[in-house]
Amino acid sequence: MDLFEYQARDIFEKHGVPVLGGVVATTPEEARAGAEKLGGGTVVVKAQVKVGGRGKAGGVKLAHSPAEAEEKAGEILGMDIKGHTVHRVMVAQGAKIAEEFYFSVLLDRANRNYLAMCSVEGGMEIEQLAVERPEALARVAVDPIVGIDEAKAREIVDTANFAEDLKAPVADVIQKLWTVFTAEDATLVEVNPLVRTEDGAIVALDGKVTLDDNASEVRHPDHEALEDKAAADPLEAKAKENGLNYVKLDGEVGIIGNGAGLVMSTLDVVAYAGEAHGGVKPANFLDIGGGANATVMANGLDVILNDPQVKSVFVNVFGGITACDEVAKGIVGALEILGDEASKPLVVRLDGNNVDLGRAILREANHPLVTLAETMDGGADKAAELANA
Amino acid sequence: MSIYLNKDSKIIVQGITGGMGAKHTALMLDSGAQIVGGVNARKAGTTVTHKDHEDNDVTLPVFGTVKEAMAETGANVSVLFVPPAFTKDAAIEAVDAEMPLIVVITEGVPVQDSAEVFAYLQGKKTRMIGPNCPGVITPGESLAGITPHTITGKGPIGLVSKSGTLTYQMMYELKDLGFSTAIGIGGDPVIGTTHIDALEAFENDPETKAIVMIGEIGGDAEERAAAYIAEHVTKPVVGYVAGFTAPEGKTMGHAGAIVSGSAGTAQAKKEALEAVGVKVGKTPSETAELMREILQAL
Repeated sequence: MDLFEYQARDIFEKHGVPVLGGVVATTPEEARAGAEKLGGGTVVVKAQVKVGGRGKAGGVKLAHSPAEAEEKAGEILGMDIKGHTVHRVMVAQGAKIAEEFYFSVLLDRANRNYLAMCSVEGGMEIEQLAVERPEALARVAVDPIVGIDEAKAREIVDTANFAEDLKAPVADVIQKLWTVFTAEDATLVEVNPLVRTEDGAIVALDGKVTLDDNASEVRHPDHEALEDKAAADPLEAKAKENGLNYVKLDGEVGIIGNGAGLVMSTLDVVAYAGEAHGGVKPANFLDIGGGANATVMANGLDVILNDPQVKSVFVNVFGGITACDEVAKGIVGALEILGDEASKPLVVRLDGNNVDLGRAILREANHPLVTLAETMDGGADKAAELANA
Repeated sequence: MSIYLNKDSKIIVQGITGGMGAKHTALMLDSGAQIVGGVNARKAGTTVTHKDHEDNDVTLPVFGTVKEAMAETGANVSVLFVPPAFTKDAAIEAVDAEMPLIVVITEGVPVQDSAEVFAYLQGKKTRMIGPNCPGVITPGESLAGITPHTITGKGPIGLVSKSGTLTYQMMYELKDLGFSTAIGIGGDPVIGTTHIDALEAFENDPETKAIVMIGEIGGDAEERAAAYIAEHVTKPVVGYVAGFTAPEGKTMGHAGAIVSGSAGTAQAKKEALEAVGVKVGKTPSETAELMREILQAL
């Protein structure tokens, strides 16, 4: 889960990382109250969207009084930034910036450890810096067991060539950011810019944090409150409530399968098949996992059939551990539960464990909406054809 | 021959008394695998009973620790069905006991835990497969994991895949030819055994004549595997990549299967593999066809 800037700010503050005052607001009036709460002086009104480039898009504005903060918030709220509507702004205390730096620590999948990156040239697009002047971006590997201790933090600021008098205070903030990384189970903590203010303080001015969903589930019940439920697609939200792994896409063929890899593959095969059928595409990703009983299948079908874009549904299951007769019973049971709500054609391909029993159950039920397919390719083709009918 | 697992492998199950552990202990026994015991500290001294592949009762001892289980049974493989909150500790216990191979089936392990375990086992005697994987099967010999043993039998193909059900689909497509070993390495961002590790093992396994490599969007493991193949693999490799139609920035079930930016797309992986002479199928069935042609030409 990616956090908003204001959520990252709050988490930084919780772990002792120096930040400036910041108040989140969803209306211009709240923004005004926020600016007053911050002392009534100069503030920055910042669009809260999970996408880069908001400054260039006009989503960050300076305000010299609470009245101006209200006005600027009014301009920013409701803006569209790269397809993201701005529902909140953060009113942040103004700061006199002397220097801008960069720091991040993230999971390094290729090396299966962590990577700290740091530069005395912050503020700009770090991807650009990494390409144009790679020597200006220090990259230091972090051992997952040792972490960023005092020595490692020192190595990072040395490698990044900080001025001698800044090394100790920056290293201190880096260690606190490492605490954020481990204590909150993040896969990314990025500060850009990390600044030195004119009065000499090192402050994290803007933060990006990505949390590990597995860890949030296992040991951070408080992370649930950070989810942006309002922004989620309503079908995705409904699927999540039922514990389904569902992603809404743009096409017309609803997809249900078991196992993430097979479902992704099914999306591809349907897209290829769709080329011959008016260019229809998969409407969603839905992995019902191993235990495809009637309830899970009914919940899955319910979500998919409620997608107005869906014209046909392809159920593609390889019975590994799951027996195909159980899946077939699940489909029949789901259609019974849904009754008249089930109104779109279903193509079902079953293979693997107990496939003959499974197909027999579907044949016997002889539901008018269900077509049996012998192969994955054949089923994809049939479903695409029905979606284009 | 095979890789990682054979008929002599002696397997214990960490979490043998839990729901998943019990179910799959029975299925592994049914495949003919030598399951020799299990571990659960709170149920040490008890036993569990399941049927083996000849329908005889097998009573398995439950030990308090992995170390004890190894000493008593000579186990050299441990399969973990431990809840995600406890997986790290269970894996570290097995590493400390010098278990040669651990297969972590558990889904949902925090990625920092996986990274810590992987760092911990460096320079030690343990290989980890997983987490969040279906495990290893050497058809007709042994099974350490949850892959159905009834799909296919022994044969010349080695298979390595991030995904469980795609592994099953591919084994099914090529069931008439059979497999030396099929290994599901898991789709998490941090895993113990990579495509490259498996490719190296298959290259060195005389029984494996050709290799199927299944990848999916996310990370750059397939690109690195392509570079490895160019340098080190002489056997024919056929590839398949899932996720061509996956949109950017959306996680598709596997924690690792997320496309961010230009790297990690299915197209980039396909191109990297094709650039080193690996034939890449557009669909699982086309991939199976490519493999069939290669084996016929050998």
